[in-house]
Amino acid sequence: MLKLDQATYDAIVAHAKRDHPDEACGIVAGAEGSDVPARHVPMINAAGSPTFYEFDSTELLALYKEMWAKDEEPVVIYHSHTATEAYPSRTDIGLANEPGAHYVLVSTREHGNSEGPVEFRSYRIIDGVVTEEDVSISA
Amino acid sequence: MPIEVRIPTILRTYTGGEKAVDANGGTLSALIDDLEASHPGLADRLLENGDLRRFVNVYINDEDVRFIGGLGAELADGDQVVILPAVAGGAGDQVEPAAS
Repeated sequence: MLKLDQATYDAIVAHAKRDHPDEACGIVAGAEGSDVPARHVPMINAAGSPTFYEFDSTELLALYKEMWAKDEEPVVIYHSHTATEAYPSRTDIGLANEPGAHYVLVSTREHGNSEGPVEFRSYRIIDGVVTEEDVSISA
Repeated sequence: MPIEVRIPTILRTYTGGEKAVDANGGTLSALIDDLEASHPGLADRLLENGDLRRFVNVYINDEDVRFIGGLGAELADGDQVVILPAVAGGAGDQVEPAAS
């Protein structure tokens, strides 16, 4: 199960809506081994695309160096799908390289940049195997 | 003084769980050969058709090697090498080149 606080959930949803129709992406870092997502880091989608996302390589290194310095790891890696459901695509599965992370997908296909509910789902992706998990939002 | 190579979580199965290993080589290509000798299987996770894999990033002293010669990038004792898989994906079935 992914446990996430309401403020982080809201920030991820707002980021996805803001970047729609392009895919939004980012992480939530947390203390190594804690499985507690604590620090939201929205990233720029270097691909600037409605069907693909990629962290800029220089920003990726800076992000990881900061996490190493703080003994953090990426607890959540999220991105949005803007025209399809919040389920990992073949590309998502093939490129999932953090076996310890919760992969969150947000779909903005219903309401785009506007107010309204989104699909917000979480998965483990390990060795090409996708397992959906519950998401629990707390205050 | 050897070159320290930072290994990402996903590849630590090849290094017995070590987060960083030492290796030698005057170029990135030679360094990967040396890594492969000590940690068989690692090179295949970094290389494809004789070049760096599209979704593996390698940095020498914080510079993405793609901008400093790729596999031919030069190394000196004491340099720091970081390997990081790209964080990428998306709804499309085909990967797209980065905008940069």
